[in-house]
This record gives sequence, C-alpha cells and structure tokens, in this order.
Amino acid sequence: MLTLKNVSKTFNKGTVNEKKALNCLNLHLEEGDFVTVIGGNGAGKSTMLNMIAGVNPIDCGIVEIDGVNVSRDPEYKRARYIGRVFQDPMMGTAAGMQIEENLALALRRGKRRGLSWGIRGGEREFYKNELSKFELGLQNRMTAKVGLLSGGQRQALTLLMATLEKPKLLLLDEHTAALDPKTAEKVLELTKKIISEQKLTTLMVTHNMRDALSIGNRLIMMNEGSIIFDASGEEKKKLTVEDLMKKFGEASGGKFANDRMMLGT
Amino acid sequence: MDGILMAFQGALSQGILWGVMVLGVYITFKLLDIADLTVDGSFALGGCVCAVMIVNYNMDPIAALLMATLSGVLAGAVTGILHTVFDIPAILAGILTQISLWSVNLRIMGKSNIPLLQTSTVFIGFSEMTGIEQSESALIIGLLVAACMVLLLYWFFGTEVGSALRATGNNENMVRALGVDTKFMKLIGLMISNGLVGLSGGLVCQSQKYADINMGTGAIVIGLAAIVIGEVLMGRLTSFHSKLIAAVAGSAVYFLIRAVVLQLGMNANDMKMLSAVIVAIALAVPVMSAKISQSRGYDPEGKEKG
Repeated sequence: MLTLKNVSKTFNKGTVNEKKALNCLNLHLEEGDFVTVIGGNGAGKSTMLNMIAGVNPIDCGIVEIDGVNVSRDPEYKRARYIGRVFQDPMMGTAAGMQIEENLALALRRGKRRGLSWGIRGGEREFYKNELSKFELGLQNRMTAKVGLLSGGQRQALTLLMATLEKPKLLLLDEHTAALDPKTAEKVLELTKKIISEQKLTTLMVTHNMRDALSIGNRLIMMNEGSIIFDASGEEKKKLTVEDLMKKFGEASGGKFANDRMMLGT
Repeated sequence: MDGILMAFQGALSQGILWGVMVLGVYITFKLLDIADLTVDGSFALGGCVCAVMIVNYNMDPIAALLMATLSGVLAGAVTGILHTVFDIPAILAGILTQISLWSVNLRIMGKSNIPLLQTSTVFIGFSEMTGIEQSESALIIGLLVAACMVLLLYWFFGTEVGSALRATGNNENMVRALGVDTKFMKLIGLMISNGLVGLSGGLVCQSQKYADINMGTGAIVIGLAAIVIGEVLMGRLTSFHSKLIAAVAGSAVYFLIRAVVLQLGMNANDMKMLSAVIVAIALAVPVMSAKISQSRGYDPEGKEKG
C-alpha cells in the first residue's frame, strides 16, 4: 500500500542549521498493516509522516501510495489517499466553522469541489449517525462551532474527519500526546475501533512504548532518520518495553534513552 | 431642514454604494484573514475604468460597471499571484499592487480626473425609466446591487468551493490536508473581493459624476471601519447572511456619521483621521479589556476572584 524508497530530506541545506532529518529511508507497508512508530526526539518520525503527506518536498527517493508514484505531488493532491490526525488538537479542525461544516469538508477530501451546495440533504443524518458512535454527545450539537469543543472532542472529530471518506493510508502523528491520560485513552480506543472496522493501513507515531507494543501488527523504531528496528507478527508480540529500551540504547551508541521515552513507559 | 435631510439621504446612498466595497473587504479581512491593501487602488481603478469607458468609448453605463468589476478582479489577481506564487506577505503584496495602480490609473485616464457631466449613468437611466428622482434612484439602485451581491455571496460561500474558501481562512493546514489547493482559494478570494471593490468604485464614480485619481485613498480604512460598526450594530446575529448585511449597514452608518460630523462643522479632511481612530479603538478595545481584567483579577493571596 505504501512504499518509501531511498527517501532523504535535509532541512536548511548549506547553512549552519543543516539537519539531515531522513537518511535514505526504506519502508514498505502491506494493505491493512497497522504500524506503530517510536524513536527519540529528532529521530525523523514526524518528518517521515510529513514527507509521505507531502508537507515539504523530498530531496530524493520515491514515495508510492497504492502503486502510484506521488513523490512530486503537492500535499493537497496526495490528500485523496491520506487521512491525517495531528498532535495539536487545534490543527485538524476549523474552529470558526460548525461541526457539520467540518465534516462536509472532510467528506469531500480529494474530490473535485464544485458549485453545488456545501452540505447536501442526506449528509446530516449520516454525520449524526457516525458521531453518535463516538458517544461524546456531539451528534446533538451539529451546528455548534468547533472552537467550543474540548481538545479531546476536537481530536475525536478530527479522527472521524480523517476516516469519514476511507483513506488508503491513515497517518497519526502522536495524536493523543496533547490530551490528558483519560481522554488520550478514550481517543486511542476510538482509533483502534475505527482502524479495525475499516481495516485501514495505518502509521501511528507514539511516545508511549506500551501503546506501541500493544497496538498494531508491526513496530518500527527510528533513529537519526533511518529505521533501526522493525518487528512484526509473532516477533512483535514477544517484545517487552525492556527489549525496546535495550535496542534503543544500542542504536544510539550507548546513550541512554531520553526523558520522554522513559516517562512513556 | 430640507437641505439636511437631502444631505442625509445622499450620505445613505453613498454608504450603500460604498457598502459593495465593504463586502469585498469583508471577504479578505474576515474570511481569509488578510488585510488587503489593494483595495485603495482597485476602488480608484474601478472608477477610472468606468469613467473612461463611458466618456472615451461611449459605453453603456451598465457595461462600464462590468468593466470596472473585471478590472478589480484583475487587480486582485495580481495581488493574489504575488502572494501565492511568490510567497510575498499578503500585506506587502497588496501595497505593491496599490502603488502600481496609482500609475496605472493615471495612464488609463490620461489625467488626474474625468468628469461625467454630459453622459448618462445608471442612475440617470433608471430615473428616466421610472420617473423617480435621481437622488432616490441612487438609493434604490444601491440597495438593489447590494442585495444582489449579498445573495450571490451567500450562495457562493455555501457551495463546496465557498466552504473550502472560508475554511482556508480558518485553518489553512487542515484544509490542505483535506485536499484543497489553499493558494488557489486565496487567489479566488482576492479576485472576488477586488471585483466587488471595482464594481463599487464604478458605482460611486457614476453617482458622483466624476472619477478621480484620489477617490480610493483610505478606502481600506473606510471598509474596516464599516465592518467594525456593522459588528457593533448586529454583533449578536451570527448567521453568515446577517454578517454580510451588517457589513453594508455598517457602511451606511459610517457615511451617516460622517454626514453628521460634517454638518457639525468638522473639516472633511479630518474624516480619514476619525476613521482610523474608530478602527484603532475597535481593534484595541477587546485586547485592552482582556489585559485589564487579567491584571485586576490577580491576587497575591491565592484567592481567585469570581
């Protein structure tokens, strides 16, 4: 479903701030793969997701989604294949617009937008139905401005928006990191439910190693812009947090894991 | 007394004709979150094009208004391209277009003003057709055009493209992630906005019977002041069409205030200062009141004040 071949990205090339964020990255995801991505700060996890989504152009290599080479397509063109949820709950929704307007925008992801009415007759029922599955009570507030919702509600809404029109690839960039533990758990439960129901191919970046181990069928660990560890199926199931810490220690040349990774355990 | 009433009626129709421009400013300032300074230039451009088309080319006044609108659309496209293709900050892109339009407008007219004394206008045509007085026909046509534009905008911003455009001003990152070319949306927004501004310039030119190189100076500030006044008047109404109506109403009230102030003997040249002060106060009040309530609420003893 997704193939990255020799993808590299260097930010601020030729300046003192030069930063090699991705270093000849190779990755292949089969359809239905649910991959968790871990690694220290600056390992290139978010950059990898951004390069797949086309936020910035890549320096070299190929990005293929469902057999289509999208390496040089801008972000808005790739959007037809990709659903995304960001770390910041403010980023995935339009605060000044109504819940149903946000959903209507999301339903048209990647489609041609014309001069027909922005929300058509039957859609509202569909949105209500989908929202009621979340059990947040949002189905009764369809015309409320999204800016009035809490961070958790907005993140749940973003999740629904990303998957309303089934994406070929779902990218979750630490989408529970900015939420309180209880809300994070709830959003994560919703995430698991949606992914398993729709059998979505997913890349989920997380700082929580326990989540990374318990969720999904494959785990990759990144360091300095490369994938340094890749476990799937039975191998992944046997992994423990201690194993990951050890792997991480080896990869980073004996340096101890950073604070956030420690706290994440 | 009659003189004063006439003055107020004139101010009201001026306000509504300018209200079409305010609708344009509303699109960029409120929906796209861009302070588009092209407006000063494109308003004068609309007036100049309209005058030249009528006087030099004997064009029908309605067709001349269409040309004025089109010229505004083009001016908006220039700002839009500078902003979206070359990543020039919107405010600077607007200033560049505005400055260059000064020269363009002089080139179009060949001199700094053109009177429309011997020619027909939409207002003369309308009063001849219906037999109403010319001063009233300005008000009626103004209301008709403004109502049509409000309806048109209400329809457009409810469509799929229009929703995407509103969302672009709201959260650009999200809209791009949902497959919308946000640069194209900004370009369209600037073109529609300045099209309205050009149309308004043409209407004002025909109603005052001359086009002048200076007629757009300070237009953006008038537009912002009118939006602010409209929000104060109709702030509790939140639906989109009432906000559009509020923008036009704000413009009418602005010109009425202006008429009152002038009647009270204020120098007309001080009006721009007054407009700027109105806008500055309107922008400053919410910020200052938040700061003041924050610092008043501070309590070293750790007790929160209700």
